[in-house]
Amino acid sequence: MAALDKVEIHKLTKRYGTERALASVSLELQAGAMTALLGHNGAGKTTLLGIVSTLVRATDGTVTYRAGSTELTGEDVRRQIGMLAHQSLCYAELSAVENLQLTAGLYEVDGSAKAIAAMLDRVGLDAKARERAARTYSRGMLQRLALARALLTNPSLVLLDEPFTGLDRGGALALGEQLGILRDAGAIVVVVTHDLEAIAGRTDHVAILRRGQLVFEERGSYSYEQLKDVYHRFAN
Amino acid sequence: MSVLRHAARVAGKDLRIELRSKEILYTMAFFGALIVIVYSFAFPIKPELVRAAVPGMLWVAIAFAGTIGLGRAFDRERENDTMRALLLAPIPRLSVFLGKMIGIAVLVLAVALVCAPLLALLLDAPLFADPGPLLLVLVLGAIGFANAGSVFAATLLKVRSRDVLLPVILYPILIPLFVAGTSATEAMLAVRPDPDKLWYWIGFLGIYDAVFLVLSLWVFEALVIE
Repeated sequence: MAALDKVEIHKLTKRYGTERALASVSLELQAGAMTALLGHNGAGKTTLLGIVSTLVRATDGTVTYRAGSTELTGEDVRRQIGMLAHQSLCYAELSAVENLQLTAGLYEVDGSAKAIAAMLDRVGLDAKARERAARTYSRGMLQRLALARALLTNPSLVLLDEPFTGLDRGGALALGEQLGILRDAGAIVVVVTHDLEAIAGRTDHVAILRRGQLVFEERGSYSYEQLKDVYHRFAN
Repeated sequence: MSVLRHAARVAGKDLRIELRSKEILYTMAFFGALIVIVYSFAFPIKPELVRAAVPGMLWVAIAFAGTIGLGRAFDRERENDTMRALLLAPIPRLSVFLGKMIGIAVLVLAVALVCAPLLALLLDAPLFADPGPLLLVLVLGAIGFANAGSVFAATLLKVRSRDVLLPVILYPILIPLFVAGTSATEAMLAVRPDPDKLWYWIGFLGIYDAVFLVLSLWVFEALVIE
């Protein structure tokens, strides 16, 4: 299956009853670029990420997933998505190895001991902890396991919802570094975050939502100061 | 069949977690046994009364203990938002439903297999005079319970008062299943067992399961996607 090279979000609207969460948002997400999706709480960032991840149904508008000249849908799209959220999406009663074996089975990717060990090495999860139940992990270890889970399937669309929450500065910067590596490898990376420092200098595309509307969008690299500046000007 | 292969993987994961923690099974079995023990004190052990009352006791114990297990089995998917991981996986979403349903059906059946011998022992009920049909009725009942229960438990996953709402919504839907299960058990326990009545209700349970399975597979994805 070819990797995604473009996601086109066209006039996306989402209403929950009478509450409008998104209002005609259009964006284009490109391969090899990291998009920072910013905005205050309730701006619609998580809803937008939910729709792009196929877990939330749009009230109106479309999301088109393109891999070359092919348009992917359904399971083919989900196979390309790696998700990292504030929650680990991992089973607390299973060990890191068992969690990754389960993911490998569901995605039908290499779940051999060697492949799993290599992935856990890549994210830096302590070798002694790998056979222990994930419920015994610290927040940082859990986030490393969550990253391993997201990367094991070699996704071409990586969606991150507040991935830095609860991580110490070192952990946040290490995660930011991994995202940079993914972006350089050609993945579409979308980060929803309030931690501007962790993504500074790594984003190629910044989009700001306010009350469900896209109020700012620009491509280019942003320093921490620049991110802070546009955030305060447009998100408020 | 990839749907069944992935369903087996989801069910295997649930049962593996349960075998490790034994949290749901012990709670359900303890609660089911407790209900049976309370019944054994509350009702006089008279043969004619036992034959009439035991079917209802068995299915009430299954319903109450099953609801506890059902809620907890889906709560587990909330803890680290693992339901999202399952729904994101490139597998038919029907596999997620079937996998959860199979895992719950196994637990409900296990509890039924604790409650039935206890009822036979404490109330001297001849439940195991013909164990084959009893097992068939319990298997069909467990499947029906898990089937309807999984749909509503998954739907209520993000609702705050789901613990209260689940039995309120679920039990009316399960009334035909309990009527059929109780009637089939009653036909087995009668002084003169009535095979025609027994097989009529077994057939009813089979149809109930089949109809609800089709409905569940049809609506599951629409219910879990916001």
